[in-house]
Amino acid sequence: MAPATILVAVFVIAPFFWVIFVSFTNRTLLGRTAVNPEFVGLANYISLFDPVSFFQRGQFGFSLILTTQFVILSALVGQALLGMLLAWLLQSVPKGVKSITETFVIAAWILPEVVIGFAWFAFLDYDNGTLNMIMESLGLPPGDWLLQQPFWVIVIFNVWRGAAFSMMLFNSAFASIPPSYFQAADVAGASSWQKFRDIGLPLIRGHVVTVLILITMWTFNTFTPFLLTNGGPSYRTELISIYTYRVAFRDFDFGKGAAVGVIIMLINLVFALIYLSLGRKRAKGVKT
Amino acid sequence: MRHMFLRFFSRIGFSVFASLIGALFALPLIWFLFAPFNARAELGLAIPNPFTLSNFVTVFNNTFAIRGLWNSLIQSVGGVIFVGVSATLAAYALSRSNMPGKSAVTYVLLLFSSVVSGSAAMVPIFLIVNSVGLIDTHISVILVFAGGLLPTAMFILRDFIDGIPKSYEESAMVAGASPVQAFFDVALPVIRPGIVVIVVWSFVNIWGSFLIPFILLRSSEKMPASVAIYSFYSEAGTPIVTLLAAYALLYSLPVVALYLFVSWKFGFRFFGGIKA
Repeated sequence: MAPATILVAVFVIAPFFWVIFVSFTNRTLLGRTAVNPEFVGLANYISLFDPVSFFQRGQFGFSLILTTQFVILSALVGQALLGMLLAWLLQSVPKGVKSITETFVIAAWILPEVVIGFAWFAFLDYDNGTLNMIMESLGLPPGDWLLQQPFWVIVIFNVWRGAAFSMMLFNSAFASIPPSYFQAADVAGASSWQKFRDIGLPLIRGHVVTVLILITMWTFNTFTPFLLTNGGPSYRTELISIYTYRVAFRDFDFGKGAAVGVIIMLINLVFALIYLSLGRKRAKGVKT
Repeated sequence: MRHMFLRFFSRIGFSVFASLIGALFALPLIWFLFAPFNARAELGLAIPNPFTLSNFVTVFNNTFAIRGLWNSLIQSVGGVIFVGVSATLAAYALSRSNMPGKSAVTYVLLLFSSVVSGSAAMVPIFLIVNSVGLIDTHISVILVFAGGLLPTAMFILRDFIDGIPKSYEESAMVAGASPVQAFFDVALPVIRPGIVVIVVWSFVNIWGSFLIPFILLRSSEKMPASVAIYSFYSEAGTPIVTLLAAYALLYSLPVVALYLFVSWKFGFRFFGGIKA
C-alpha cells in the first residue's frame, strides 16, 4: 500500500494543489521570480479573461473556443457516429472484412502518437503526399491542407485517431444485448436499420452517455495535434493543451500556465463527476 | 424469396461499405509499409525498387537513434515495474482489508486521476520534479508515469482481485501458511492475468508518450525514441525521410507485438478500451 500511496500523493494529488497555488503567483522559469515568486492574487486569471484580447488569436479565449469546436466536431460528432456505425456494421459482415477493417481502425489508435503525426505529415504533403496524389488522380485540385485548412485537418485527424476507442466501447455495449432479441427481429424480417433503431440504440442508451463523456475527456486533453501542426499556422490549431504548453514552456510564464491548468481541471472535474455518478447509478441498478 | 435476395444484397452492401471505411483508415498508413524499405524514399507513395533494408542499417549505425530506443526501454520498463509492484500490493490491500471507506478511496483516486490530466498538470509536474532536482533524469519520467498510471491500474486490478474468493487464501492460512505466504503462493498466481493486463497497458502508454519526456528531459542522451525522432531533420529543417520511416517502424514494433499478444490472449476489445 505504501509505495502506491507515496507515488499517487506526489504525482497526482500534490500537482492538483500545487497548480492551484502556482496559479496565484508570478512564477517564471528564469530570473528573480523563478526563486522568489510573488503572490499576485487573481492577476493571472484576470489576464486570461481580459475582455480586450480574449477572442484574439493566440489568446486564452480563442483557444478555449477552438477546443470546444474541436471536441464537438471530432469527438461528439465524428468519433461517436463513426464508432457507432463501425460497431454496428462490423457485427454483420463476413469475418475477413471485419478483421481487416478492425485492424486498420485499431492501428490508428494504438500506434505511438509521434509515428501517427509523422504518417499524417507525409500523407498531407503538398508536393508528394498520398492525399494530393489521390486528388489529382480523381481530377481534383491538390491542396496545401496544413496551411489552408489546419482546423479541419486536426478534426479529421482526431476522428481517424480516436474512432477505434468509441467503436470498441459501443461494441461491448452491443454485445451486452441478448442475441435472442435480434434473432426474434430476424424472424419477423426486420431490416438492419429497424433493428438498430428499435433494439440496438434504445438498449444501449445508458452506455451512449458514458461513451460520449469518455471521448470528450480524452479529446479535450489531447496533445497529439501538436505533433502534426505545432499549434500553427498562426495559432489556428492551438488547442487548450497546446496553449498551456506554449505559455508555460515557451513563454516561461508558469503562473499563467498554471491558471490555465486550473481551468482545465475544473472542466475535467465536471465531466468526471458526471461519469462517476453514472457508473454508480448503474452499479446500484444491477444490485437492486 | 425476394426477402432472401434483399438480405443477400444488403450483406454485400455492408461489406463494401465496411471495406471502404477500412480503406480510408488505411490510407495514411500505407506510406509506412513502403517507405522504410525504400532507399530513396520521399514523402510520396512509391513501391520500393529495389526493396532494401539499407535504411535499417543506417538506423542501427546511428548511435543516437539506438540510444533513443534504449532510453524508451529503460523508462517503460522502469515505469512498468513501479506500476506493477505498487498497484498489485495496493489493490490487494484495498480488496482484502476491512478498512472502512475503501470504496471512497477508489472513488477519490479515480476522480483525481481523471481530473489531473497531462495538459492540466504539466506545469506543477515540471515544478515538482525541478524542485527536487530530478530534471533530466530517467527516474523523473519513470516516477511521473508510475504516479499517473497507478490509480487506473489499481482500479483494474482491484476489480480482478474482488472476483477471486477470499476462501483461497483463508484455506491456505488454515493449513498453516503465513499471510505473506498466502499472498505469494496462493493469491499471486491467480491474479497473474490481471497483472499482465496492467503491465502491458502501462508499457504501451509510457512507450508511446511524448509530452512528459519532452518537458522533463533536456540532454539528448536521455531522450526516448518519441522525442529523439525529431533529431532526424536536416539542418534546413526538412525531415530525413528514409531514416525517419525506418526508425518509426522499429519504434512501433513493440506496440504492435504487444497488441498481437494481447488480442491473442484476451481478445482485442479490452486492449484499446482501457488505453488512457
